[in-house]
Parts: sequence; structure tokens; C-alpha cells
Amino acid sequence: MLRIANVRKRYPNGLLALAGLDLTVAPGEILAIVGGSGCGKSTLLRLVSGLDRPTAGSVDLDGTPIVGPRAEIGMVFQEPRLMPWLTIDDNVAFGIRHLPAGERRQRVAEALSRVGLASHAGHWPRELSGGQAQRAALARALVGRPQVLLLDEPFSALDALTRQDLQDHLLDLWAYDRPTMILVTHDIEEALVLADRIVVMQPDPGRIRVSVSPPLARPRDRLDPEFLDWKYKLLAELDHASRKPTGDETFPAAAI
Amino acid sequence: MSVAAGRLQGSARRLGWLAGLILPLALALGWEMAVALKWADGRLLPTPSRIYATLAGLAASGELLDHVLATLQRVGLGFVFGVAAGTVLGAVSGYWTAVRRLIDPTLQALRNIPSIAWVPMFILWFGIFETSKIILIAVGVFFPIYLALSGAILGVDRKLVEVGRIFGFSHREMITRILLPATLPAYVIALRGGLGLGWMFVVAAEFMGAEQGLGFLLVDGQQTGRPAVILASIVSFACLGKLTDWLLAAVSVRFLRWQDSFKPAE
Repeated sequence: MLRIANVRKRYPNGLLALAGLDLTVAPGEILAIVGGSGCGKSTLLRLVSGLDRPTAGSVDLDGTPIVGPRAEIGMVFQEPRLMPWLTIDDNVAFGIRHLPAGERRQRVAEALSRVGLASHAGHWPRELSGGQAQRAALARALVGRPQVLLLDEPFSALDALTRQDLQDHLLDLWAYDRPTMILVTHDIEEALVLADRIVVMQPDPGRIRVSVSPPLARPRDRLDPEFLDWKYKLLAELDHASRKPTGDETFPAAAI
Repeated sequence: MSVAAGRLQGSARRLGWLAGLILPLALALGWEMAVALKWADGRLLPTPSRIYATLAGLAASGELLDHVLATLQRVGLGFVFGVAAGTVLGAVSGYWTAVRRLIDPTLQALRNIPSIAWVPMFILWFGIFETSKIILIAVGVFFPIYLALSGAILGVDRKLVEVGRIFGFSHREMITRILLPATLPAYVIALRGGLGLGWMFVVAAEFMGAEQGLGFLLVDGQQTGRPAVILASIVSFACLGKLTDWLLAAVSVRFLRWQDSFKPAE
């Protein structure tokens, strides 16, 4: 169980990125966090990863506070961030460098074949396409079998077709070890395809606007009327969330 | 493109390095002809054939090999020590701000001292024999390595460093697995620059009293009024410098294959 309790984050420049945020994520749950830029969603992910520390409040995993990066928590960034001087298999092995060589080789081979890159093991990162590189980054994050996988807009730099392909693929990967996943995205459709629960955040200062668990059957069909209905509802929420309030104007509740 | 043209282009690529010989050979031939045709006097600037004859004579007596080995040993040892110190201090100063604040200003000041200025001190401190020579060369090699490495580490992509943090890298792992490989291209250029300085400093070192070495040969040629010997020594420096630089470049190519860099057209 991942618990985020009353977390505030103020950056040294005075910006209040998160104002007292509470969130609990169950083991194996897929949670999507959506919101416009500046709503604090990436900040939240960095706090959970241990890369940054909250100004106040606490983040803990199964009761242990997260004070720095931990082996049980993996992360995939917006860019693949592969080491250009290592071949793909060595990049993937980064995550399990403490294992004995034999086991390491076996786990790397397994991770690469799961993401469909078995034939690219000896290639350099520069030889991969954007989608392949992000698959390699997924393999690197998953090879250590983390309990929690954090994804920071992982597919936003890819073209629409590759993005859909990788979204579907991510669910297959999740099914092996069923890690808790927190996905930060600004793509409502991506959140609806993947997540059990969707949290919409709003900026100034960053906080949760609404949290929903769409009761859509899996695998989710992007063209299903019910799916589209949810997409419109959430788009409206997102639209209201990102609009700055002006004077006494009041926003209607999300209604389609 | 026809097969013949393709083959021609292939051999052009293989023999491309020969292009570098055109200029020195043309200059040598031109000078040789100018002297042969009595357009110029070859006394103070001996012809290539006389320099070659001098080199051949020195080589036949075994003298040349002794000089070359003495100089090579000094450059080699000085290079190894200079690179070791430059790498350790450069890495540490690039990685830890506190260390950089402590040592960088001093080193930046020291680096502006001309090499020759050290000679009297080094002779006083380390004597007139090998130690002072090797230290002088090491000092010359140290600075380009230190400067390039500490600067390059500060320029490493933060995003790659974050990957190391996510995987819980220790400081040592961060340096050896991310920072040093990321700075390798800059490091190799610094090594080549450092080696070049090593070759320059060895002359200064051998000027300060040596009984052997190409620098000694230079002084000897001057004192005995034999310009052909001076030029034989200079030519040897040029050849050895080029050869060692080529070796360094050839070895480093292996480690830089991953680079996705600009390749000029043939």
C-alpha cells in the first residue's frame, strides 16, 4: 500500500507545486493522474520516486517512509534515457547490477523478449526507433520486478499509432507481476485505456480536483460509446481544472 | 553509380590517409630541388636527403634508438602520472562542489605558470635526474586532463544522472558507470591534447641537463653547430608525436563506437 499523506511541495523559487495532497494506492492498482501543465502531477511522481523530498507531509510504502530512491520503486521517464554508450541488453541490466552474472543475463533476456526486443539485445540505443527505445526503458524499469512502477508521460513523445501500441503492450507487461502503477499523463484516452482509477488535478496550487473509477470492462475499446462518454466527461473536468478563475464566475459541474 | 566508380571510391577511402603525406613530401622535394639547382644555400637548412643521412647514421650506430627510448620513457611515465592525477582530481572536482570550491581556484592559478618557470624549482626539489623531468612532463599533461574532465562532468545530462539515482547508485557507481562514460569523448580529446603537451614538455625537461634523449640531441646539435642533427631530432619528435597520437586515437575509437556523431562526406 502506497500512502501519500498531506504532502506539500514548495520549490526554492517560492512556487507551491502541491498544497496538502492525500492519496492512497492499493497494491496492483493502476492509477492515472491527469492534469494540465503546472498542476503538480510530475512533482507528485518525483516525490513518490524519492528523487525529490516533500516540504511537508509524508510518502510511505507499506509503512516505510520514502526518503530516497528504492529498488522496489521503478520509473519510466518521458524520454527513454538509455545510456548511449551501452548496448540495449547492458542498459536493461542496469536495473539488476547486483545479481550474479548468470541470473542477470537470463533476466535481461526475459525482459527484452517481453517487450519484443530480443533481437535488438546487442544494438546501440541510437539504432532504435523512439518506440523501441521506450520499450527498452520499460524493460529496464521492470527487470528488477519493482513493487511500484512510476510512469511520467511515458508515451507522450511518440506518434499516435506507436502510442496506442505501447499502451496495450503496457497492460500485457503489467499482467506478469502486477505491480502498482502510477501513470502521469495529459492524455485522457491513455488514462481511460489503462487505469482503474483516474485522478484529475488542478493547478495554482496543485491539488486533486476529482477522483473517478470508470466501471469500464477490460480490454477497453477506444470507440465504445461508454468509453467516449467518459472521455468527454473527463475532458470537461480537465478543461475546467485548467481554466483560471476570474472574479466571481462559477463553473458548472462537469456535465455532458 | 557504376561498379568501377564504386570500386574507385572504395579504394579512395582505404588510401585516404595517404593524402596527409602529399604536403610534407612536396615541401621536402621542393627544398631538395631548390638546393640542388643552387637556388638556395642548404648550409643552415640542410636538405631532406642530408637529414635522412644523419638519421640513418645515428640509427646505424644505435645512438638514435637510445635517444628515442630515453625520451619515450620520460613521456610515457610523465603521461601516466599526469593522466592519473588529472583523472582523479578532475572527476572528484567535477562531482563534488565542495572539492571544486576548495581546489579549483588554486589549480586554475597554477595552470597559468609557464612550464619553463618550474624548471629551477623542480631541479632544486627533485634533483637534476629523471624525477624532475618526469614530474615536469606530468604537470604539463595534468592540466588539460583535469580541466576537460571536471568541465565535462558538469555538462553531463542531468536526465541520465537521474536514472542512476533511481537505481540507487552509490557515488562511486555514479562516477564510474555514468559520469566517466558520458564524458569519454571529451576525455579522449583531452588525452590527445595532454599527450601533445607531454611531447612539448619533454623538450623543456631534456634542456635542463640530460645525457640522452631527443631533446639532448637538439642541444648537442646546436652546441656543435650541426643543423642536420637538430633537424633530425625535430623530425624524430614529429614522427613519434604523430605515431603516439595515432595510437591513442586508434585505441579510443573502440570505446566511442556508440557515438551518434556527424560523419563528413567522402
